Amino acid sequence: MSDFAKIIKKRKREDLIFNIIGISCTLVGIVTLGALIVDLLIDGLPRLDWQFFTSYPSRFPDKAGILSAWVGTLLVMLVTAVTAVPLGVAAGIYLEEYAPKNWLTSLIEINIANLAGVPSIIYGLMALGLLVYQLHLGQSILTGGITLSFLILPIVIVATREALRTIPQGIREAALALGSTNWQVVRYHLLPYSTGGILTGVIIALSRAIGETAPLVTIGALTFIAFLPPSPIQNQPPYVSFDWLWSPFSVLPIQMFNWVSRPDREFAVNAAGAGLALITVTLTLNAAAIYIRYRMRKKITW
Amino acid sequence: MDPAIERTKLSEFWDSEQFIRIKERIIESLLFLAAFFSIIITLGIFGTLVYESLTFFSRVSLITFLTDTLWTPLFYPPRFGILPLVTGTLVTTGIALAIALPIGSIVAIYLSEFAPRAVREFLKPVLELLSAVPTVVYGYFALLFVAPLLQKFIPDLPTFSMLSAGIVMGIMIIPYVSSLSEDAMRAVPMSLRESAYALGANRIITAVKVVYPAALSGIIASYILAVSRALGETMIVAIAAGMQPNLTLDPREPAATITAFIVQVSLGDLPHGSIGYQSIFAAGLTLFLMTLIFNVVGFYLRKRYRETY
Repeated sequence: MSDFAKIIKKRKREDLIFNIIGISCTLVGIVTLGALIVDLLIDGLPRLDWQFFTSYPSRFPDKAGILSAWVGTLLVMLVTAVTAVPLGVAAGIYLEEYAPKNWLTSLIEINIANLAGVPSIIYGLMALGLLVYQLHLGQSILTGGITLSFLILPIVIVATREALRTIPQGIREAALALGSTNWQVVRYHLLPYSTGGILTGVIIALSRAIGETAPLVTIGALTFIAFLPPSPIQNQPPYVSFDWLWSPFSVLPIQMFNWVSRPDREFAVNAAGAGLALITVTLTLNAAAIYIRYRMRKKITW
Repeated sequence: MDPAIERTKLSEFWDSEQFIRIKERIIESLLFLAAFFSIIITLGIFGTLVYESLTFFSRVSLITFLTDTLWTPLFYPPRFGILPLVTGTLVTTGIALAIALPIGSIVAIYLSEFAPRAVREFLKPVLELLSAVPTVVYGYFALLFVAPLLQKFIPDLPTFSMLSAGIVMGIMIIPYVSSLSEDAMRAVPMSLRESAYALGANRIITAVKVVYPAALSGIIASYILAVSRALGETMIVAIAAGMQPNLTLDPREPAATITAFIVQVSLGDLPHGSIGYQSIFAAGLTLFLMTLIFNVVGFYLRKRYRETY
């Protein structure tokens, strides 16, 4: 065999070896994810029954449930979505479509990039010092929802900007040429065309917020709640009540944390059950986001 | 006046150029306020941390804080040396990075330079699901699955250890590194790879010697994100690394991180304004400054290695 053929053979072998290394490294992540899901299923699946979803936490492991936790998660997410989505989308629209190129705009942009890197527990400390004790919002669903909405704001803003950026400039120019005002361009063209992209970002952001534990522990969300917040719908006029905003609360990840950190191993089964419920929600949301993104890419051709 | 006429006048007003102009101004101002709100959040974070820490440092001297080797703010007599929490944070972060940076980079090289298109389109979102798992679930996994598994290889490993927490944290961070690095590497122009192939390089040499350096700026950004995530990660270490402050660099021992300490204090019922309450803000400020330092260093490294085509 000539030297040249030998070198080619050696080079090809190197590529093959790296191919194997690359696949194995990718598998590390995927196998871990698989092991985690299987581990949760084995421990937690037998625990998931009607009683588990309709019971309050209890000191007896087999009587305990996640009723107050999932209701809390639902209500906190409601506050988070209602505050973070309009604020984040509006900020994204301003930065992408309106903002002049000046120092203030670049300051805001750098700031948003930095906020995305601030550890979530720091948001919790800020909420504890500012919202709970300075603004006297209490250790309530309202405070929890606002804290998480601050946390996911950068994700919503970045997603909105990216969705707007994919719309060709010609669309804006055509609408302006027909006499639209800036807002009309946004309202009747850019927003409808970017809904898919914004929605994907919002779903990813909310799924991140659902799993967040640390900031809510910091503001003083409780680990043992044996009651539900007052119902938002009343049977007497005015039929709607916002008292629930001020109610103390627990959420699914905090309930799970509480069960994991008990020395009594019988509670670990409950933790697995809560984890399973939690992971089902977040993985479903992420799958939905991936699906929407996929559909969008196929449907839209400019 | 006739109501019909009044209605016409009103609609004339709604459609008038003057009103539309005012409306446009109002909308633009509202959108600006939304964008500006992010600055208020930053000011809120920084202001709260500094304000509460200042009261803390009026009671505990900065030198004690930085040099004392014991952190027992809730015991009597209280000691306020942040060092044990800092070593706990750095050791768990170090373990996580030792796993996430090499594996994440190799995955990025594989996905960007080796994997067929269909494989990449499938693997990338699946890997990203790793970051969709709530960290409290990872904590459960580290304590009840990984720790017992590790004990089979290291018999005297305690149930709570920085090792098991760090390993799980590292795997959680892999997609942050791999996704961003892969994006950066795919943005490298094809002509660079073709030049390398023309000179007789194979794929792996091209990837390591040409594509990786060319994409270094973006890759460093992904590394910095990984460092920030690892430093600030809370639930995995709070559950699996133990909550006892411990001045050690041995990963096999249990230790508390800054974040775990904040969680531990928050779980109890500390009165507002007590020294224990203020100590979590001082700890939080330390963590905030540590992340800030890494981000600033990263910013300069990125600038230094930026390539333009």
